[in-house]
Amino acid sequence: MSSAAPWLSILILVPLVGAVATALLPRGARRDVGTLPRVVGLVVSLATLGLAVALALSFDVDGGLQFAETHTWIGAIGASYAVGLDGLGLVLLLLTTLLVPIVLMASWDSVGGADGRSPHAFVGWVLALEAAAVAVFLAQDVFFFYVVFEATLIPAYFLVGGFGRPGAARAAVKFLVFQLVGGLILLGGVIGLYVESAAAGDPSYLISDLAGLDIATGPERWIFLAFFVAFAIKAPLFPVHTWLADTTEKATPGTSVLLVCVLDKIGTYGMLRFCLGLFPEASQWATPVVVIIALVSIVYGALLAIGTDDLMRLIGLTSLSHFGFIVLGIFVLNTQGGTGSILYMLNHGLATAALFLVGGYLVRRRGTSLISELGGVEKSAPVLAGLLLVAGLATLGLPGLSTFVSEFLVLVGAFVYAPWAGVVAVTAIVLAAIYVLWAYQRTMTGPSPVAGAAADAVTPDLGRREIGAVAPLVLLMVLLGFYPMPALDVVNPYVEDLLTNVGVVDDAPTVPADAADGAGSAEGTE
Amino acid sequence: MEFSAPQIAHEVLWPAYVVFGAALLGVLAEAFLPRGRRFGGQVVIAALGIVGGLVGTVMVAMDLPSVGPDDVTAYGVTTVGDTVAVDGPTLFLWGLVLLLGLGGVGLFAERRLESGLSAFAGQAAALPGTEAERKASTEGLDHTEVYPLLLFALAGMMLFPAANDLLTLFVALEVLSLPLYLLCGLARRRRLLSQEAAMKYFLLGAFSSGFVIYGIALVYGFAGSMSYAAVAEAVRAGESGSVLMLTGLGMITVGMLFKVGAVPFHAWTPDVYQGAPTAVTAFMSAATKVAAFGATLRLFYVAFGGERWSWQPMLWIVAILTMLVGAVLAVSQQDVKRMLAYSSIAHTGFLLTGVIGLRDSVELGGAEITSLQAVLFYLVTYAFATLGSFALVSVVRDDSGEVTALSRWAGLGRRSPVVASVFALFLLSMAGIPLTAGFVGKWSVFAVAVSAGAWPVVVVALASSMIAVYFYVRVILLMYFTADPDPTKAGSTDVGVGGDAALAGASPSSGSQPERGTITVTSPTRVADEVRVETPSLATVVVIAVCAGVVLLLGIVPGPVLDLAGSVGTFIR
Repeated sequence: MSSAAPWLSILILVPLVGAVATALLPRGARRDVGTLPRVVGLVVSLATLGLAVALALSFDVDGGLQFAETHTWIGAIGASYAVGLDGLGLVLLLLTTLLVPIVLMASWDSVGGADGRSPHAFVGWVLALEAAAVAVFLAQDVFFFYVVFEATLIPAYFLVGGFGRPGAARAAVKFLVFQLVGGLILLGGVIGLYVESAAAGDPSYLISDLAGLDIATGPERWIFLAFFVAFAIKAPLFPVHTWLADTTEKATPGTSVLLVCVLDKIGTYGMLRFCLGLFPEASQWATPVVVIIALVSIVYGALLAIGTDDLMRLIGLTSLSHFGFIVLGIFVLNTQGGTGSILYMLNHGLATAALFLVGGYLVRRRGTSLISELGGVEKSAPVLAGLLLVAGLATLGLPGLSTFVSEFLVLVGAFVYAPWAGVVAVTAIVLAAIYVLWAYQRTMTGPSPVAGAAADAVTPDLGRREIGAVAPLVLLMVLLGFYPMPALDVVNPYVEDLLTNVGVVDDAPTVPADAADGAGSAEGTE
Repeated sequence: MEFSAPQIAHEVLWPAYVVFGAALLGVLAEAFLPRGRRFGGQVVIAALGIVGGLVGTVMVAMDLPSVGPDDVTAYGVTTVGDTVAVDGPTLFLWGLVLLLGLGGVGLFAERRLESGLSAFAGQAAALPGTEAERKASTEGLDHTEVYPLLLFALAGMMLFPAANDLLTLFVALEVLSLPLYLLCGLARRRRLLSQEAAMKYFLLGAFSSGFVIYGIALVYGFAGSMSYAAVAEAVRAGESGSVLMLTGLGMITVGMLFKVGAVPFHAWTPDVYQGAPTAVTAFMSAATKVAAFGATLRLFYVAFGGERWSWQPMLWIVAILTMLVGAVLAVSQQDVKRMLAYSSIAHTGFLLTGVIGLRDSVELGGAEITSLQAVLFYLVTYAFATLGSFALVSVVRDDSGEVTALSRWAGLGRRSPVVASVFALFLLSMAGIPLTAGFVGKWSVFAVAVSAGAWPVVVVALASSMIAVYFYVRVILLMYFTADPDPTKAGSTDVGVGGDAALAGASPSSGSQPERGTITVTSPTRVADEVRVETPSLATVVVIAVCAGVVLLLGIVPGPVLDLAGSVGTFIR
């Protein structure tokens, strides 16, 4: 692939053009008119995925920032249109472009058509969201990042509010208000960066320029705080997580996948890219507090998940716990933690997406998401039950499935940072086993708790399309569980560069070997 | 004392002459044209006058001489005995108010929504609810004087930011205000509300003018001259904190803050915006703010720039109050025009945040954006979003006219996706969401304020933006995700809302009642209270489309306009 062509811009443009084209497709009452946007959406998202994979294959793992493009955008304020791809961006780019076609396929007939609404809007907004999310992960300019960061909210708002269950409109407002508040806090930080950059001479928003900027301790901490709070709302972390469960409960499963597995990653991505990348000293200053917040999120999210009676809400709350792990890995500031958290972002995306989608299949069949009204699915729909179990086991970090590797690395990182932090984090593994297995037991096994006609109604098993949508996720979870090397190879150089920038001297630089050993030995003892 | 005729640089003032001349021509046309031709004639005169003014503005801007010391970029001339300054910022604002004026003419000329009549009263002198009013209505009378009035107001708005002398400032203030007072009272429907608005605006406006003129007298007493240059000289030479000067400045500021609608001088804004005919509100809310901020900037930067340590703390407090009060009160509004009014108050606060960002050129980094540049850009983004959103309000109607009760906008997104999405675009821009013009505007004013050390104000500004986001998003939610109101319930919700319903109830002979039978010749099969989007005339469509285009375009490529606002240089002294 020649580096002369603006591949990354094309990568952003393909889904964007696809979104506009989908919105302009003919509408009507005829059945085939409804199929067309779905097909177009799937083709466009697969083309994007193909392009992303092609980029990944020609990506040089030790090459730093690649395929970079930089053009002046708003000269007066030093903003550029700058995109580039590095290890961190590549991982999230692949996750995003993989999940979009899966979501479209899983939502094939459940959104639009059945509820009398045309699928144009759903497919269009999903593609628009993909374009914005891809741009977020490629942005190499803080101003451009901020713009696309906020731009993801509009499609997300319409996806949550327009297609969910009753009460989705309220959830959409709660979601949007939380996110916009975070966005405005971030705006304060972005403006602060401009002021610092302008005071040093020529104002510029390029990350490469800002990284070399020498900011006084006071302002640096304030700007760091603005960035961190905004990303904590996005991620989300305790105590600004309350929008998460409401949104996942009310939105369609496909929307939840995009929100939790793609958009929320922007929060942790931003912590790595901006908090650690631009404000290393302030990051070290804030580490103790952030670690505590992360630990609270881990335990609190797991406890909330155990207590909830709504399956979709439960899945949302497990993510609170998982994001706690990711943030813990980022802020313990060592290679194990850093590598683990980036892998965690990928693996959490795979596992949680599978959970949301399979859970969505179940809820659609039974017409309720209340765990107390579910049950007895195992006999009539073994494939559905099996997939839910696999996804659940991945969520709780069973060795042999990909999440284990990342969770293990983060835990090692936490122990290296401070033993007490590791001890607190480990409790979450027990709690995870409770919320996953107990939920599985109540929803899948035993007789259906609802008496009468509903109890006799056999839950139909999954169709081929539904299995096909989830299958890639399961395959990847198993593959990366046994052989995480490709992902580690991409992530490691990035983490080493980052930690060198933060100024952390690390005792254990040979992470890949550790990780592989860890995975292998744990399997042996299992 | 000897009087000598001042030198007048006609070659830079002629765009203003064109607008003034068109206004005078309009008055003559009103007198001599037969009634049937007046509407067409007036619209042509007004449109041509404004286009002429625009062409003139561009031509003057092309060869404006560079002045001032080498380290300060400034272009322009002062003329008429230094009482009028035609410089870069002036011409930028001229261009902006003239564009808004052109949009105003387009909205004033709307005659399709009222089945062939304009939105203005048939005969303003006829009392509401009388036989005379009914007669005027059946005969299809129309006040075509609104076009000359708009032109006079525009001419005043051109003089206002150019005023380089306190007396000229006062004259321009009156020239722009008086026609607006009149225009506010001319609504065809809900006349009592409209007249109340005009009365309120006039009385409070006259009161604030009194403050201005008294303040001018005090400053004259301090400086011994009306001219900004002389005042600036006296401020620099004299002792800082002179009571005479500070009191005078404070009183002039009262008048200026009244015009821009800043707290605590904002009380007229919601009533006037709600009561005035929507076309007038659209024009007035956008153009007046532009002109008034232009004048305020020149007053503070040129005449009292040397004393900014005295007025900046005052503006800090005013800006903080304005943003908070505007945003908080907007949350509880049930009427879309009142909500937009409070939102415009909040925007005044954001603009004042930009004004606070004034710094000496020596403090500025070479490539940094300036306070003037930020405020000018914000004015562009604010003005087009406001003009467009009020224009859109005028097309959402039921049989008794515009529907402004927010509760009845529910479900609009499903029935009229285009109108709802354009309105959503304007709201998102006002909320400052990226990829709309409002975001870059907000970024600029906040950035200059932080640069100047006013970060507490910016923190409040961010907080009030968060509050503001809530009510903008609420309207979008209402339009898209709330089910259509039940038609049987729709009538009752309408009665329960806002001051106008209460007013109609208190006086059964309210203006809109008798007109209903004569004007609404729509098909009787329709549900009487059904909210619908009516197709307006081409002019209104073009105005809305242009505003939406500007808002979107400035969101994606703000560079050229931002650079233009930066290239106008500073105010000449």
